[in-house]
Amino acid sequence: MTTTATVRVTRAGRGRSGGRPWEVVLDGAVVDSLGNGEVIDLPVEPGKHALRVRAGKYLASPERPFEAGDGRTVGFSCRTRPQHPFIVQRSFFLLIASLFTHQSWIALTPDEDYLADSSLIDSSFTDSSPDGGGTAGTDTAVGTDTAAGTAPAPGVATAVPGTLGTPASLRSPLPRQPRPPPDPGTEPVLTVNSLTKRFGRRTAFSEVSFEVLRGEVFGFLGPNGAGKTTTVRTLGTLIAPTSGSATVAGIPLTPENGVEIRQRVSIMPEAPGLYLRLTVAENLEYFAGLYGLHHPQTRITDALDAVNLGDRAGDLCGGLSKGLRQRVGLARTLLSDPAIMFLDEPTSGLDPVAAREVHDLVDGLRQRGVTIFLTTHRLDEAEKLCDRVAILNTTLRTIGRPADLRAQLFKSALIVETLKPLVDPDALFASLPAVESWRDVHDGTYEVVVADPRLAAPGVARGLVGAGADVVSIGEAQHSLEDVYLELVNEDVEAQRP
Amino acid sequence: MKWLDTNRVRAVVRKELRDYRRKRAIVVTMAVLPILFLIEPVVVIFVAPPTLSGGSLGKNLVLPILYLLLIPTVMPSTLAAYTVAGEREQGTLEPLLTTPIRQEEFIVGKAAAVLIPTMVASYVVFGLFLAAVALFAHPVVATAFFHQGPVLLALFLLAPLLSTWAIVVGMAISVRASEVRVAQQLATLASFPPVVVILLLAVGVLHPTFALALEFAAVLLVIDLVALRLISGMFDRERLVTGAKAV
Repeated sequence: MTTTATVRVTRAGRGRSGGRPWEVVLDGAVVDSLGNGEVIDLPVEPGKHALRVRAGKYLASPERPFEAGDGRTVGFSCRTRPQHPFIVQRSFFLLIASLFTHQSWIALTPDEDYLADSSLIDSSFTDSSPDGGGTAGTDTAVGTDTAAGTAPAPGVATAVPGTLGTPASLRSPLPRQPRPPPDPGTEPVLTVNSLTKRFGRRTAFSEVSFEVLRGEVFGFLGPNGAGKTTTVRTLGTLIAPTSGSATVAGIPLTPENGVEIRQRVSIMPEAPGLYLRLTVAENLEYFAGLYGLHHPQTRITDALDAVNLGDRAGDLCGGLSKGLRQRVGLARTLLSDPAIMFLDEPTSGLDPVAAREVHDLVDGLRQRGVTIFLTTHRLDEAEKLCDRVAILNTTLRTIGRPADLRAQLFKSALIVETLKPLVDPDALFASLPAVESWRDVHDGTYEVVVADPRLAAPGVARGLVGAGADVVSIGEAQHSLEDVYLELVNEDVEAQRP
Repeated sequence: MKWLDTNRVRAVVRKELRDYRRKRAIVVTMAVLPILFLIEPVVVIFVAPPTLSGGSLGKNLVLPILYLLLIPTVMPSTLAAYTVAGEREQGTLEPLLTTPIRQEEFIVGKAAAVLIPTMVASYVVFGLFLAAVALFAHPVVATAFFHQGPVLLALFLLAPLLSTWAIVVGMAISVRASEVRVAQQLATLASFPPVVVILLLAVGVLHPTFALALEFAAVLLVIDLVALRLISGMFDRERLVTGAKAV
């Protein structure tokens, strides 16, 4: 009986494959290649086929027989044969596939190598068997047509019901949907307690305490001279703290643990600091050696693919643009598969296009669950990329999710705009029970503090119209992270004035 | 705790040698400098009057032979002075310090990367010089030359030790120097003190013997090792990054 297996790749690994298409090989023959988010329907007879996926010359999954049965989500731990014909090296990416035929699952055997490497296992795989509860959206994604709106889980290639037909004609890219970032875990990967650093009489930062959770993108904001870079250098063991304590990647921050900590973290300083007479690959090879990496070529290729520089490996760094050098710097931080990446002003001095590329790369790393400590004074960057932010101005001024900080610092309010300034706004707003207070922003524009803008808006509108005001607009006051930042930093400036 | 990770040391050496190869000025200097130092000894050997008695002729040959020791002494000092100050100046020091490399590994790697090309160049020049003497010098001069056993031993034995001294001193200056040019000038000056012994030999205050060559080599070895340890202590990450000493 011929049925249809529908295969969809929603993420082609986290390494060498990069953006390359994955070839779907059925019974030894390439039937088609899939890019991210693309789907293919395969006419198959259950129990008679073997499937593998591969990307490029050297990357291929083991061949897996499959047959109709109950469904499993299966990890392919792909192997590479990069240099030496007799050495098959393990690589660091994976493709998880689910196959579906006629409402019944095709069973594949999970790859033991894949299971053995805990760093490669994410919750979407480990709990994805049909009786495993289907966490992290894997089963949901498989059981529901993704085009209908369910976003797939990270690192998952899923199958959806399809129809009979030739593979090529049926391949159709699914609409790209933004995937929500993985939820940061609850386990802190960086804990800082009352950390202080002084250079003589000058205090770089004082009594700083915070935690960064695994998989989180943590923004560290502050004006120039606030102590951001010194904090990063301290946590990266380049500088000894004056007092306080910290645990970095589970290791106490002490001079004796310097080597061990530096082995577990990576830091990209503001300037990438590349050797301009060496090629991109040679630069990375050097750092791979310093990290004592085994199979450095695989890591280098993976890191370059991750920053979309796979085709520039042989270029001299001196010939690269600033944006590309920044990308090489990012690739360098990826080499050691760090527990935390410290990115110090990664877009400093970049033009908007290059900065956006770096944003996309950081966002990509976040999707992969990499813990990132990002220092910046670009607030749009922090708002866009960070799960939580801390604002530092020698002391830690605040910490939290951008939305929570806005809520903490600014009362909810309505912005009311009238054609002409109100005659007696005091009396008018005092007569409206929902209004707690108000202030004149400028001629004809008022900020009206209310408990719940949504509930209060109709009453305020009625009151204004009833008082004969020509209302142009009423809307909820929107405060950006920039407002939060300026509010806090200005407070410090005001406090320092004699 | 492992004191030295050879993989990291090797990584530093490999990178440095690659970097030298790509910088034409370094390659040219490494090729030209030994040749310049070769001119004087060659002239002396080839114009030496064979009519002199064996003893007088031998004395005349000591200085040109020892003059060759300037190659391993002077050649590495500018490169050594660049090791830390240069990295700082081109902005590569901080990324390097964020890696797990220990200061000992960094210093040994950098020193080896300077020592290797220096020794290759020095011994190639020594070899060419000896071959030229054997093949082309007057037989009497050649015989007298190859009877200078202690001096020839000193030539081969002291070359790496003098070189190491110049490298260690150059690196020590490089760690503290604010800029590369200053470091290179100071390093060249600081590489000379051991050459004083050579001058004493040349002017006849000291007499070349096997024992003296070995003693001088032993002292220089001890000094080099102690200096290497001292420079490891000077290599303070905080000072290198911020310019301020860790409190």
